[in-house]
Amino acid sequence: MSLLSIEELSVTIGAHRVLDRVSLRVAPGEVLALVGESGSGKSMTSLAVMGLLPEGARCEGRIRFEGQELTALSEDRMCALRGDRLGMIFQEPMTALDPLMRIGDQVAETLRLHRKMPRAAALAVARERLDRVGLGAERFALSLYPHELSGGQRQRVAIAGAIAAGPKLLIADEPTTALDVVTQAGVLDLLSGLVRDEGMGLILITHDLAVAARMAGRVAVMQSGKIVEEGPTERVLGAPEHPYTTALIAASVLPEGLPARVAPKAEPLLSVTGVRRSYALPRRRIFGPAERVTAVDGVSLSLAEGEAVGLVGSSGCGKSTLTRAILGLDRIEAGEIRLAGTRVWPGMANPARAPMQVVFQDPFGSFDPRRRVADLVAEPFHLTGRPSDWRSRVEVALSDVGLPAEAAGRYIHEFSGGQRQRIAIARALIARPRLIVLDEAVSALDVQVRAQVLALLGRLREKQGLAYLFISHDLGVVRAVTERCLVMDAGRIVEEGPTAALFDAPRHPVTQALVRAVPRLPEADGLAASAGGFAPPDPRRIFVESRKEQA
Amino acid sequence: MGRYLLTRSLILLASLLAASLVVFLAIEVVPGDPARTMLGMNATPETVAALNAQLGLNMPGWQRYLHWIAGFATGDMGMSYTYRVPVAGLIAERLKLSLPLTAIALVLTTAIALPAGLIAAAGRGRATDTAVMGIAQIGIAVPNFWFAMILVLVLALKLHLFPAGGFPGWSHPAAAFQALVLPAVALALPQGAILARVLRSALIETMGQDYIRTARARGRSRTGALVAHALRNALIPVLTILGMQFAVLLAGAIVIENVFALPGLGRLIFQALSQRDLIVVESAVMLLVVAVIAVSFVTDIAYALVDPRLRRPA
Repeated sequence: MSLLSIEELSVTIGAHRVLDRVSLRVAPGEVLALVGESGSGKSMTSLAVMGLLPEGARCEGRIRFEGQELTALSEDRMCALRGDRLGMIFQEPMTALDPLMRIGDQVAETLRLHRKMPRAAALAVARERLDRVGLGAERFALSLYPHELSGGQRQRVAIAGAIAAGPKLLIADEPTTALDVVTQAGVLDLLSGLVRDEGMGLILITHDLAVAARMAGRVAVMQSGKIVEEGPTERVLGAPEHPYTTALIAASVLPEGLPARVAPKAEPLLSVTGVRRSYALPRRRIFGPAERVTAVDGVSLSLAEGEAVGLVGSSGCGKSTLTRAILGLDRIEAGEIRLAGTRVWPGMANPARAPMQVVFQDPFGSFDPRRRVADLVAEPFHLTGRPSDWRSRVEVALSDVGLPAEAAGRYIHEFSGGQRQRIAIARALIARPRLIVLDEAVSALDVQVRAQVLALLGRLREKQGLAYLFISHDLGVVRAVTERCLVMDAGRIVEEGPTAALFDAPRHPVTQALVRAVPRLPEADGLAASAGGFAPPDPRRIFVESRKEQA
Repeated sequence: MGRYLLTRSLILLASLLAASLVVFLAIEVVPGDPARTMLGMNATPETVAALNAQLGLNMPGWQRYLHWIAGFATGDMGMSYTYRVPVAGLIAERLKLSLPLTAIALVLTTAIALPAGLIAAAGRGRATDTAVMGIAQIGIAVPNFWFAMILVLVLALKLHLFPAGGFPGWSHPAAAFQALVLPAVALALPQGAILARVLRSALIETMGQDYIRTARARGRSRTGALVAHALRNALIPVLTILGMQFAVLLAGAIVIENVFALPGLGRLIFQALSQRDLIVVESAVMLLVVAVIAVSFVTDIAYALVDPRLRRPA
């Protein structure tokens, strides 16, 4: 008997139908992956199961959970189920916990609500649950607050809270999207362990097919509110029937990367020599020296004209600090950074900054919502002074990134995430830079949009001879677009070399761990080779591969 | 926490110093010569100069500033020009009324705002929300002296539940308290209405946060999440407004003091100002400044008690 069965579920918000006759089943101990692009209705489906749809949403169809019809239950009965039989964790671990409540109390909340346990008893169980998710008592006291934990640790607290009462079904909505690969691997291992040990059903919502392939026995593919394809993972990913699934797989398989180039002898475009930067930790005592943490510890690197270099490392390795220093946004304590011979520092002259532009991760937060796209794209002109032909240059930059000229008169909220990132690239291009720093620039994008943006970056580079410094925790992306790669750990560069060689034969343990943590699509090579014609590889082989992966 | 307290205390001292300078300079540039006002228009220049010397007004500015600050700190604020009694005693007498009145009004403000804000936010967009916020809107719009007069008419003159005005002094505690009830209600109504609106919008914003969704997924009902998670997170803006309301109530009660014929601090400052009794104005205003800065210090401490990110930065 299935644990959860959704039949013909439709959800309408206003005049918009966000879910269209969705049917799904999950058995106890089964992992179902729900994949598809943003806005395809994955999250809406899970919120419908939880009974947490936004106000004003109308819901038709049947959702049966353990033999009960959920759509007919009162709000009180749903509250009794949520957290107890049905658990859910969300995408953004940084904001998913109450900042003013101790983590022990947040995990214990589920037990106090459903088991009516007194606080002390609930905290004792919370302790055990936190141990289970890998947050042991010696380092992670129940009295810590969320701000004292990293993103991956917070996600573990959220998981501990969701499983505290031993739910029969856990819904995980993009639980690792905001995490780096190493942390992601840890959280995924934890989830598979819980499914195995506790016999839970798990619905894993993800846009990452490799994660789905690694975790799930069955996959359901969603597009514009409909399930377009569903079946065993190896069948759906190995021999997709629906064109959308095929396209999704094609976009997930990144090209194998660029050939390494012989570095030209000429003076490098960007040179970083022995850079050091440390921060004071919050004082524990009022007097006495403050402890300091060294975020970047004697880093040197160089980047030639027209070269694409990757910088990878897990969260907290010092990438961000180094990036800020290279951009001349933050002072450094030792060493020197030069861009085309000019020293880079926070007080450098504006025109000297123009050769280096940046594209950040967040396509939603990095634009002023009250200004038109024309003004947003023209922003870098404040470095050099706005030329008289700035409007036509904005149009050229927009057309370079594949947007129509009329986009200039619109506001940023009118664009999708991928379009916004194109606008960010147009903004970087307008000052005719020689180097673009891409700081996790495609990490927030859906696979198909990501593939388009990566292709665009490749074309621009060919056409304009740009150099890229590509900072990312996504090794696949770095492999696809860079020739040379640097691996950073604990403030130092630990390994460096041609990208393909580095990832195929990593020597340093940190690089090895990073490469190992990357979830892979089974038979990715076969798919890449056939990306044009799409001959599906032998499903049996994929099955074997994916089991090997899990072992 | 220790570090937080230390920086807050340093900020407190610096603000006090800056504020005292501003108060002193402002009084310096106010037109009107106290000695001339005290002696009348017919006084000879020699008499005026003699009186100025006696009052210490012929000393250089910085000496008078230091003298004033030292006196203020030790409770010797000089003699009132018009009443010829110590300023400190004059102010202390008025504080005996104004401080309790402010305290009662603040308690009432919170007592109005907390349930009203919670009820409105819990029923957001529904009839209860509209009704509570409608009443709050009226509470803000109605001038408090008018509301005060209605209170006097109904509760004092018709029903004889409270006195219509005057203050018997604290030698009769029950009567004194009774005399303060109507003025405190009149003061608290608009402030409570403002605070209720602030609380409602802070709660509604907080209810949109991810951690509320997490709490709902753990099985909290909407109202449960509102009380268990949203309320505490919404307290910071409420504390800010409450701190500002203390200052408004302490010195801004002058209209209500007039309606109820209460000898409060507001009326003292107003009278002193019209009589050019600048020595009283100076010290009374400085006292208000001290009170406001002290309250904002207390508010800062309250922030840290509410928010662990302030007392234990990561």
